Amino acid sequence: MTSPPPSDLEPTWSLAGLRLGIRLMLPALPGMIAFAVAVGATEARRGFGFLHAALMNLLVYAGASQMVAMEAWPDHLTVATIAALALLVATVNARMLLFGAALRPWLGKLPAWQVYPLLQFTTDPGWLITMRYRAEGGNDAAVFLGGALAVLVAWSGAVTAGYLVGALVSDPRAIALDLVMPIFFCAMVVPFWRRGRRTIAWCVAGAVALATERLVPGWWFVVAGGLVGALVEGFFADGADA
Amino acid sequence: MPDLGGSAALAAILAMGAVTYAMRAGGFWLMAHVPLTARVRRILGALPGTVVVATVLPLVVRDGVPAMLAIAAACGAMLVRRNDFLAVLAGLAAAALARLWLA
Repeated sequence: MTSPPPSDLEPTWSLAGLRLGIRLMLPALPGMIAFAVAVGATEARRGFGFLHAALMNLLVYAGASQMVAMEAWPDHLTVATIAALALLVATVNARMLLFGAALRPWLGKLPAWQVYPLLQFTTDPGWLITMRYRAEGGNDAAVFLGGALAVLVAWSGAVTAGYLVGALVSDPRAIALDLVMPIFFCAMVVPFWRRGRRTIAWCVAGAVALATERLVPGWWFVVAGGLVGALVEGFFADGADA
Repeated sequence: MPDLGGSAALAAILAMGAVTYAMRAGGFWLMAHVPLTARVRRILGALPGTVVVATVLPLVVRDGVPAMLAIAAACGAMLVRRNDFLAVLAGLAAAALARLWLA
């Protein structure tokens, strides 16, 4: 399957793109909702007030890092322990540096005032559907916005429900809901797969991630594997298989 | 007892939000200052695939057979029908059946 080459025109904004972004996000929502309920329930169980929890859900807006932060929440908040919390959250979310960098060649053609507010709503699935849409030749930035809106609505609703009703969710593992996001991620990148250099890059990414996970605590394996794999694809074998 | 109330907790939440926004915006900002040569574009274009492999593979290794079957079913469905919904459903069904079988 060949994709049309991405155009170099300024990205457009259309209602159709907004709807497409929402639609592309739908398969990811069940997994995200299950996770958001768990995050909300954890906030309630740990004793966060409703307003603090809501503020965290909107400002941090990254569930995995919120779970890690709540796990590590210190008994006494001082400047030093707050800095340590912030650093911990930064390491969990460092992968987002790669997301933003990858969006630059496309969204960099838009005015900064349109992009920087939108970046607050960057999520893993939102980035993936946007990158795939772009790789297939799309040029409508509203797809990113649509996906972001779908996530925002689903996340806010589910995390609030989780906070209020808590542990109503029995065991998400039983119906494999804990695997929905990884499954969705893999389905997203199947169309990106190519023989040759790209396959080598993916193998390198996997190997580096596994090694990093063993050797370095925390979430660096995503950044290390993703970055090294991408560098391999960019730097080695200047063949014509790109 | 964890310190959850008041302005200190608020400060912690604001700090966490600020560093996370720095991660969300930082890569985009940084690449404004790096020339977007063909090679750099190729590296950036490779990121979705390599990031997903790096995210999912350690998880699959940890979870074992059900996750492996789930990913294989999802990728297979995607290759054959190219439908995101179908792929997620196939993956979920494979994982649920595998866990039922192995339980």
